[in-house]
Amino acid sequence: MLSLPRYRIESRKTKALLRSIIKYLIVIVVAVIPLIPVWIMYLWLIMQSFSPKVNLGIIPLGFTLNNWRFLWSPLKMGLKTYPNIWPITINTLLIALGVSGIVVLISTLGGYALSRMEFAGRTGMMKFIIALHAFPSVILLIALFIILNKLGLYGKGYVTLLGITLVKAGLEIPMASWIIKGFFDAIPWDVEWAALVDGCTRWRLWRSIVLPLVLPGIGAISIFSFLSGWSEFLLVFTYVKDEAYYTLPVLIYHMIGEYKMVDWGLLAALGLFFTIPTIIFFSTSQKLLLRIYVGGVKG
Amino acid sequence: MVKVVLKEVSKYFGKVRAVDNLNLEIKDGEFVALLGPSGCGKTTTLLMIAGIYKPTKGRIYFDNEDITDLPPKDRNIGMVFQSYALYPHMTVYNNIAFPLKLKKTPKHVIHEKVVKVARLLRIDNLLDRKPSQLSGGQQQRVALARALVKEPDVLLLDEPLSNLDAKLRIYMRAELKRLQKELKVTTIYVTHDQVEAMSMADRIAVMNQGKLQQYAEPNILYDKPANIFVAGFIGNPPMNFIEGSIMEVNGEYYFDSGVFKLKIHRSLGEMISSKTEEAILGFRPEHIKLVTTKAPNAIKGIVYVVEPLGRDMVVNIKVNDTIIKALASPEIQLTPGQQIYIILDERKIHFFNKSTGEAIV
Ligand SMILES: Nc1ncnc2c1ncn2[C@@H]1O[C@H](COP(=O)(O)OP(=O)(O)OP(=O)(O)O)[C@@H](O)[C@H]1O
Ligand SMILES: [Mg+2]
Repeated sequence: MLSLPRYRIESRKTKALLRSIIKYLIVIVVAVIPLIPVWIMYLWLIMQSFSPKVNLGIIPLGFTLNNWRFLWSPLKMGLKTYPNIWPITINTLLIALGVSGIVVLISTLGGYALSRMEFAGRTGMMKFIIALHAFPSVILLIALFIILNKLGLYGKGYVTLLGITLVKAGLEIPMASWIIKGFFDAIPWDVEWAALVDGCTRWRLWRSIVLPLVLPGIGAISIFSFLSGWSEFLLVFTYVKDEAYYTLPVLIYHMIGEYKMVDWGLLAALGLFFTIPTIIFFSTSQKLLLRIYVGGVKG
Repeated sequence: MVKVVLKEVSKYFGKVRAVDNLNLEIKDGEFVALLGPSGCGKTTTLLMIAGIYKPTKGRIYFDNEDITDLPPKDRNIGMVFQSYALYPHMTVYNNIAFPLKLKKTPKHVIHEKVVKVARLLRIDNLLDRKPSQLSGGQQQRVALARALVKEPDVLLLDEPLSNLDAKLRIYMRAELKRLQKELKVTTIYVTHDQVEAMSMADRIAVMNQGKLQQYAEPNILYDKPANIFVAGFIGNPPMNFIEGSIMEVNGEYYFDSGVFKLKIHRSLGEMISSKTEEAILGFRPEHIKLVTTKAPNAIKGIVYVVEPLGRDMVVNIKVNDTIIKALASPEIQLTPGQQIYIILDERKIHFFNKSTGEAIV
């Protein structure tokens, strides 16, 4: 290497530089440019909601909170008055929290069993779980309708929402179990054994060692399932007929439906209101969510 | 402070016989080393004693009480795992304190004990760190501290010093041995380093492929190996082996390797030939006398390579096609290719049955 003539080293350096520039260009083209429309859409939403009028979609002309009036006064669009936003938000929140709670509880236990216990048909079961996740809830609508009806969970206000929560949680559990299983897999057997030798009972082992180590995973699945419950549309749309038990996605849908007199500013504000949890979660827990893909137990 | 007894203990993983019919008795307060090559079942044995694995067959006793089905937490064992197995989410302090917390020890007592053991193991400056911020050797000492702090009845150590540098290892060997004698805790120490086993243990159990080969004091292992495996495993450089047969000529007995004939004592010859015809001669490099002139009953060879070790040197001698290693003082001037004669001390040679590998003498 050292005996190479100087000019050759120089030309290698330029080549390396060129290569890394090209790499960055490719990254920009592939990853950044496709995101531009998304950013513009969000910008559009924000501008629309806080401004009485906008130019070219994103240049605001003035500032107003008028579009956000639904937060403190009845929600009206055109001639129709919709239910107050707050009960609807609470409905949505109940479903989201319910889904998240059930998913965390069941997937954590299930994921532990899948990761740690040897039982007949374990591999088959895991394949089946992945397959389950591939089925969209649409194809289950009719079957679910019958089941909910039989269980008396249909057409009874909050009881229906409970039914929807259960169904939604059921649909989320397979994937969540898979994710959390990865976190359990990352805990070495030796660490669990060491705790047992140190004097832990099974339960204490769980509480003091295993749970803290999979906490990032639990955080991740609770966020995912919360958001998926929060934005659930199809089930609510299909099974809830009484406006009082709408959730935000269904409310927004119905408002867009009144296409003749759409108030874009109001709709933009409503849309932003709906995305608040998403924005909060993704801005506070980016690191956590990234770790799902990187994985691993590190102190 | 208990006596540990393993009675006909086996552990199978499917078809793999990790431990096969192991009988072992470790006296109260004894320091026993489990010595053997990688994969011979040392860790598996420890895990059975700890109660993590249940033996496929056999029983384990602590002080004559059958504890085979007792859960690990009721055995009062301190264990250092081969992989250290520290708790990644706890600081070093909390790692060491954890067994005491489980015993509901008062806080100030925990503090005292943790600091004391940390100082002993020279990790008292690391107490606030997380395991991921420690080097391998430091992690190993934290694991050792965690095992020692609970003052266990039985201490199980799975290669606890393997990651330390030479100097620290020698310090820790002495420290660990002193500590063990002071606490009088029954200790089982897994290692594949025979020097470590020889220098620390009261008795050594040599294992190979899941089977116990010999269980004895270090000097007996060295002087009277039970079979070829032990003979070759203990000692560095290892024992020299030469295959051959015993023959009798006019009432005199010889070991005939095909290349050389070694005259042996009549009673020895009779004993060997009463057991087997095909025998393996074994002798240690340090029991060889090298001379440059022809001598009676000496084996002729050619100096092949000389490896100086500082205090002495290893001479590789080619006898026909076999290489024989001899330990010699560096004063002798030897050059490769030179003719040399090997003289064996009959009191220090071994004979093994070629078919079974068992020692005859
Ligand atoms: N959980 C397991 N499942 C299947 N086989 C195993 C298992 N644990 C150990 N074995 C096998 O049992 C044998 C003994 O393993 P063990 O870990 O006891 O060896 P060891 O003496 O501790 O080796 P090392 O010095 O490399 O740590 C090996 O052949 C190993 O492959
Ligand atoms: Mg091992």
